[in-house]
Amino acid sequence: MKTATATAPANRPITNFLDQEYSAGFETLLEADTLPKGLSEDVIRVISAKKKEPEFLLEWRLEAYRHWLTMTPPKWAAVSFPEIDFQDIVYYSAPKKKDGPKSLDEVDPELLKTFDKLGVPLHERARLAGVAVDAVFDSVSVATTFQKELGEHGIIFCSFSEAVQKHPELVRKYLGTVVPQGDNFYAALNSAVFSDGSFVFVPKGVKCPMELSTYFRINARDTGQFERTLIIAEEGASVSYLEGCTAPMRDENQLHAAVVELIALDDAKIKYSTVQNWYPGDKDGKGGIYNFVTKRGDCRGARSHISWTQVETGSAITWKYPSVILRGDDSVGDFHSVALSNHRQQADTGTKMIHMGRNTRSTILSKGISAGHGSNTFRGLVRVSPKAEGARNYTQCDSLLIGDQCAAHTFPTIEARNPTAHVEHEATTSRIGEDQLFYAMQRGLTAEDAVSMIVNGFCREVFKELPMEFAVEAQKLLGVSLEGSIG
Amino acid sequence: MSDVDTWLAHYHAHSAVLPGAELPWLADIRRQAIYRFADEGWPTRRHPRWNHTSLAFMDQQDFAPAGVAPDAAAALARLRGEDAGHWLVFVGGRFDAALSDIGPLPAGAQLSSLAEALATHPEAVEAAFGSHEDGDSPAALNAALASDGAWLRLARGVTLEAPVHLVFIAGADEASRHLRNLIVAEANSEATVVEHYLGSGEASTLTTAVTRLQVDADARLTHLKLQQEAEQTVHLARIDAVQGRGARFASHSLSFGARLARHDIGTRFDGEGCEALFNGLYHLDGRRHVDHHTRIDHAQPRGTSREFYRGLLDGLSRGVFTGRVIVAKDAQRSDAMQRCDNLLLSRQAEADARPELEIYADDVKCSHGATVGQIDEDSLFYLQTRGLDETHARRLLTYAFATEALDRIDLAPLRKQARAALMARLPGGELLEELL
Repeated sequence: MKTATATAPANRPITNFLDQEYSAGFETLLEADTLPKGLSEDVIRVISAKKKEPEFLLEWRLEAYRHWLTMTPPKWAAVSFPEIDFQDIVYYSAPKKKDGPKSLDEVDPELLKTFDKLGVPLHERARLAGVAVDAVFDSVSVATTFQKELGEHGIIFCSFSEAVQKHPELVRKYLGTVVPQGDNFYAALNSAVFSDGSFVFVPKGVKCPMELSTYFRINARDTGQFERTLIIAEEGASVSYLEGCTAPMRDENQLHAAVVELIALDDAKIKYSTVQNWYPGDKDGKGGIYNFVTKRGDCRGARSHISWTQVETGSAITWKYPSVILRGDDSVGDFHSVALSNHRQQADTGTKMIHMGRNTRSTILSKGISAGHGSNTFRGLVRVSPKAEGARNYTQCDSLLIGDQCAAHTFPTIEARNPTAHVEHEATTSRIGEDQLFYAMQRGLTAEDAVSMIVNGFCREVFKELPMEFAVEAQKLLGVSLEGSIG
Repeated sequence: MSDVDTWLAHYHAHSAVLPGAELPWLADIRRQAIYRFADEGWPTRRHPRWNHTSLAFMDQQDFAPAGVAPDAAAALARLRGEDAGHWLVFVGGRFDAALSDIGPLPAGAQLSSLAEALATHPEAVEAAFGSHEDGDSPAALNAALASDGAWLRLARGVTLEAPVHLVFIAGADEASRHLRNLIVAEANSEATVVEHYLGSGEASTLTTAVTRLQVDADARLTHLKLQQEAEQTVHLARIDAVQGRGARFASHSLSFGARLARHDIGTRFDGEGCEALFNGLYHLDGRRHVDHHTRIDHAQPRGTSREFYRGLLDGLSRGVFTGRVIVAKDAQRSDAMQRCDNLLLSRQAEADARPELEIYADDVKCSHGATVGQIDEDSLFYLQTRGLDETHARRLLTYAFATEALDRIDLAPLRKQARAALMARLPGGELLEELL
């Protein structure tokens, strides 16, 4: 593929824009690749205009923005960070990397070492490190053949912007029906300024023949910090979607506020897997991504099934609760999670299972690992509404502590309003036993390998939910992420 | 009305006649406490510790005295039976010397009403009274208005063989009562304290109750609370313990009455090797609401805590349980276990459970579990094959579910009283007695 080199307008000082008259500024902004910092209705109009969006979407964004203005950032999570100045963020930047390293030689050697350990293929390394090269490898042709095959099945898989242009009726029908504009502070912000993301539509009765992944959807690779994803599986359809990448992602954005909406109609099945390994900051907690994500699935149809699997090892702060609304009778929701926080990382993650239909079932399996000065919180809600006859939930939530400076918290909430409901919650917190370590080391493993092995055993139940090749990488990733935690 | 202004007025009208009004330190606490309450108002859902129980309605709530004098003597006789022990009876928030029977006490034990203790040894009370900052705003209201309660102090090594019973009977003339009990168990002492809250009639009344316990090194203290308030009562209570090295504290909370009851029960391990048992049982029907909010603070190493709560929810009731276990940074070798099980007996009942673990140390063993369910169909079927009809089988299984909580009360006479209180609540209690 081709990546454009830096273009002139982007290098113009921001003051140029600020000094301009408002009406004129509007025109000029359109020509530029990057908007000045700050957020206003005009910025949203520009974003929408740049993306040539239909009127309804602009209105939708503005509505979200107006709602956002009335909201305050949530404070209940067990994470701490300096207040974010939302006027100090650039809300639109053309999806081109301009200041990336020119070649692999300029890339941080630490990053290269990590690639080595993960076994990332050479031609992939440059892409992941954000090196601006003309053609990384033949991914265009890969993607083209891929999309052709999908097209034959009637599956739409494209960037969100493309979907807005080609399938506005589908976007209009489903956008914001799972996560409404005003759902929460960050979701409202995302709704106002979202840049791009994935759009998947699997028509009635179609079983998607391959795993879909952002990996192959090169046309919208740099989707930026306000990603919006919408996946719809019609009656009887099924799809498995992979998001993220096991290798550490070089990323210059500080705040990520993504929204993912999943919609499963009758008998449909959606499996959504994430491996999140954004830059976690250095050992002392300097830098790193704030990952504030709203993910929600809606089991709208009877017998539908939505499954979330996540491996969260990156980001300085993770604030993420992939949830399932079990609306359809006999629908099923799953949440499988491994969250690791090392050094100064903070993770406040968990799920919500809202049982509304009859005989709905949900399973929550959460494995939290805290090391170094990391803090890991599981926060969950299982709600059984009065009409959810025969609802069933099982929650298992385990924490593993490595080192005496870390913290692990468990905050589950159960709200049951139907006597036929069965809700069970189990949680344990423990550390790696000295005897376990001793045994493994006595067999010739180093302390680090022994810990890595024990941790992988601890996470096994979640890893087995991941697609095969992902699971292997995720295991290696845990080992890498835990480095430096054994003293 | 029960809004902030009403309580401020109430304070100004009564502060001069409250026990210990002449003590500057107490007047100071009371004044600061009422201002804190006035400042914060009743907790609402916006308050993180009250998001399942809002007291916003209190601003519009009218409380009225029952009007009818309770037959306190009869109630006491029923409760007491042949039991010797130490009995302190409070009617309408004031100590009733005639009904009470403190009995002989060993040397080094002080047991009296709080009002009397304030008159005889105010310094000791001052050390135990607590401050206006303790707890949430209802506890501050209690500090400002507490009219009486019990004072128990055991000197080093003193053992009280028989349990201390504190019986709080709602009076005829008060719309509200505010009780504060202070218990100081010095090193190596031992005692059992039982609080009975009794009420009758249809009037809407308010009870606030705060019990503060200091359990010094190697002391052993068992605290049992039986809440059997009248149907329309709002009961807001707090039990706060601090344990010294190796101290053992058991809290049993049985909540059967009141329209709305909130119990904040907590302990802090201030020394190494403490042990705590938190045991609770609640049965609700009608539109009643009970909220238990427990906190076990493993602030020091090698502490052990065990917590078991069981709820039976019938009618349109709502039972809330929040259990917080905190393991501080240096509290290594802490061992904490917590369970909360709820049985939903009706279509409209609601159970909310929030078991929370907050852990900052690494060498720990912590677990919690929570369940919400209904009576097991297989067990029901089994009992029916043995000749019981469905109704009886259900009642028997309900009783069996509750009885586990009773079994953790290790003193037989207390267990019997607790059982009687449960039976009085369960539908078909007499029939069950026959079956068992």
